[in-house]
Amino acid sequence: MQFTSFLEEGRLTVALTGEIDHHCAKAYIQAIAGKIEAYTPEVCVLDFQEVSFVDSSGIAVVINALRNMAQIEGRLLLTGIAPQPMRVFRASGIDKLVEIKETVG
Amino acid sequence: MKFDNYMILDFPSKSANEAFARSAVACFAAQMDPTLEELGDIRTAVSEAVTNCIVHAYPDRLGNITLRCRILKDNVLDIVVKDKGVGIPDIEQARRPAFTTGGNERSGMGFTIMESFMTTLEISSRPGKGTTVHMRRKLQRRQ
Repeated sequence: MQFTSFLEEGRLTVALTGEIDHHCAKAYIQAIAGKIEAYTPEVCVLDFQEVSFVDSSGIAVVINALRNMAQIEGRLLLTGIAPQPMRVFRASGIDKLVEIKETVG
Repeated sequence: MKFDNYMILDFPSKSANEAFARSAVACFAAQMDPTLEELGDIRTAVSEAVTNCIVHAYPDRLGNITLRCRILKDNVLDIVVKDKGVGIPDIEQARRPAFTTGGNERSGMGFTIMESFMTTLEISSRPGKGTTVHMRRKLQRRQ
């Protein structure tokens, strides 16, 4: 698992990288929860630009981030989603639960 | 059943093998000249099936996973993922979207994704004996 994050005017951006599967999902879930707890942002952006693959474990990552942000009454936004992750998000219906911007491809 | 080519892999239920399994199937399927979307769908479905073995079939121990792929006539990729784990007591319940016994880290969407990304999906299971997931994907012939 590798990610970078930065906070700017109440907006926390977490840039995920690589392939998100069950092998690394737990670490991502905990790391994102930790950042949200530490910074209590108004908006959390999960940037998928450098993510080449997700399976249903990626859905769990998004759902957990959504729960974390709901607890502090904040918004969750997904950006930079490549076609394969987008197909997984659509098949699961999560694209209807979360705000998505700037789909790639 | 006539087939053009096949491969069989045996590996332990370590989560590091999820990426290995889906990549191995993608490399094998490459000879069928799939589109990027087809390849993505196949990798995702294999990842789901293998993850199920690791999380659910062998919850407390490492066990064996067998992955078999065959290329059937009419450009059909046939994939079997087999374990000798705890089995699924209620397959209909397991297939239901958002049902999971795996807790917060799981979404319960594994079978839903396998169903929507593959042409056919069959699951057979015997509690205490293991589970076999059999899926097929018909690939479009590119002009």
